Amino acid sequence: MSPWRVILRREFRAYFATPLAAVFLVVFLFMAGVFSFSMGGLFERGQADLRSFFQFIPWLFLFLAPALSMRLWAEERRLGTIEILTTLPIPLWHAVVGKFLAAWIFSMVALALTAPLWFTVSWLGDPDQGVIVAGYIGSAMVAGIFLAIGGFVSALTKNQVIAFVVTIVACFLVLLSGFPLVLNFFRGWMSTGAVDAIASVSVLTHFNSLMRGVVELRDVIYFASGICALMVATTFVVDWRKSA
Amino acid sequence: MWGTAPRNLPKSRFVTYISNRVRQMRELISAKNLHKSFAELHAVKGVSLQVNAGEVVGFLGPNGAGKTTTMRMLTGFLDPSAGSVSLDGFSLADDPLAAQNTFGYLPEGAPAYPEMTVREYLQFIARARGIARREIAGKIADVAGRVHLRGVLDQVIETLSKGFKRRVGIAQAIIHDPPILIMDEPTDGLDPNQKHEVRELIRTMGSTKAIVLSTHILEEVEAVCTRAVVIAAGRVVFDGTPEEFELIAPASVTRNRMDYVFRQLTATAAEVAQ
Repeated sequence: MSPWRVILRREFRAYFATPLAAVFLVVFLFMAGVFSFSMGGLFERGQADLRSFFQFIPWLFLFLAPALSMRLWAEERRLGTIEILTTLPIPLWHAVVGKFLAAWIFSMVALALTAPLWFTVSWLGDPDQGVIVAGYIGSAMVAGIFLAIGGFVSALTKNQVIAFVVTIVACFLVLLSGFPLVLNFFRGWMSTGAVDAIASVSVLTHFNSLMRGVVELRDVIYFASGICALMVATTFVVDWRKSA
Repeated sequence: MWGTAPRNLPKSRFVTYISNRVRQMRELISAKNLHKSFAELHAVKGVSLQVNAGEVVGFLGPNGAGKTTTMRMLTGFLDPSAGSVSLDGFSLADDPLAAQNTFGYLPEGAPAYPEMTVREYLQFIARARGIARREIAGKIADVAGRVHLRGVLDQVIETLSKGFKRRVGIAQAIIHDPPILIMDEPTDGLDPNQKHEVRELIRTMGSTKAIVLSTHILEEVEAVCTRAVVIAAGRVVFDGTPEEFELIAPASVTRNRMDYVFRQLTATAAEVAQ
């Protein structure tokens, strides 16, 4: 077994060894239901699609992904096990990727458990299945980028609460960077080019185009390169701060 | 930080490995002129240490002398500010994964994942060290027998007593039967019976391996170590056999002779440092 798979397996099981997995799944599914039915009006809209479910996914993950990622490195450092992990004969990036994938796969399990919603809509009407698949891909991508941000923040501290709060703020900024709320803050003192660059890293912009059912290469590249860049950054931070 | 795990050493490395073995005649640990500075503190100031197979080195010194920092540099957890470490012929800086494959390490406080059972934890360590799947169960059974963990293999680590946790830490360090063992206070927090058992284990392994252990207990050095290295204020102030260590005390001192020598050596070093 490759070292990253050994790490992935341990981390994934660690979620289920504590009540975290159960609490997370129950809260996620409950909130997803509340959002789609009460606020999104899944039935009232009278259309066979999952738009009212998907449009709340980034907001749901904004609060729930940091709960999954906060322990990844902060706990390792608090327990002192980071000293064993980083002196094992495995490349550090294997540990970084393994931990991230464990959290990401867990979030995909949560997404997969919303499938009854999909079945119900398919049974009641005739939704565009391609749009729904694209919506699930987009949701997984949003979870991925948030968890990668969370893993990076977790590597900076040994306090999980700090990791949680800082991750929410960071994810919020990345989520909304294409919107006036964030852009107006920069517009006064930065060049138009710089403001456009900030706007282009907005998670929501890329998620919305996926949610419409258009899987475009640039959206996929956006999420993939964002996650990869964060993996590299996390590797450097863990190496730099492992003994701090 | 980058690179691939040493599952099968390529031929060129194999040749280096063999020639290094022959040249050094089993000098397993070679640390040269290690320095470590933290923001305000120059914690380790030029520590050199050579350990051969068959030696058990007791690493002594007052709290804050730089013992843990030095051991962390030997394992690659901390990068030295200056100096170099080579383990069984592999440079820790140039070939970290091959070097880290040569030792087992018990960090200070014997950390372990609290939510795992002892068996799960040892399986994880064995897999991460690249031990073949079919050998893992046998290795765990063997190591559990040697450190007396058989009865608690399926208990969650969180629920274990301090003595058992320490033994879990020792078990993960020796599961792959490494030529080098680095242990930071292996008997800390154990009761006298457990201390005795761990010392017996170290003595047995010491005939073939290079072992470095840190301790506060001077009798421990007498009981298990073939060599004592005293470090004070970041410098090595004594390196010799436990007998030579004791002989530093004048004949007029009849009781607690090692304590006397320890105080003499470390007090002078602390004065010089100031």
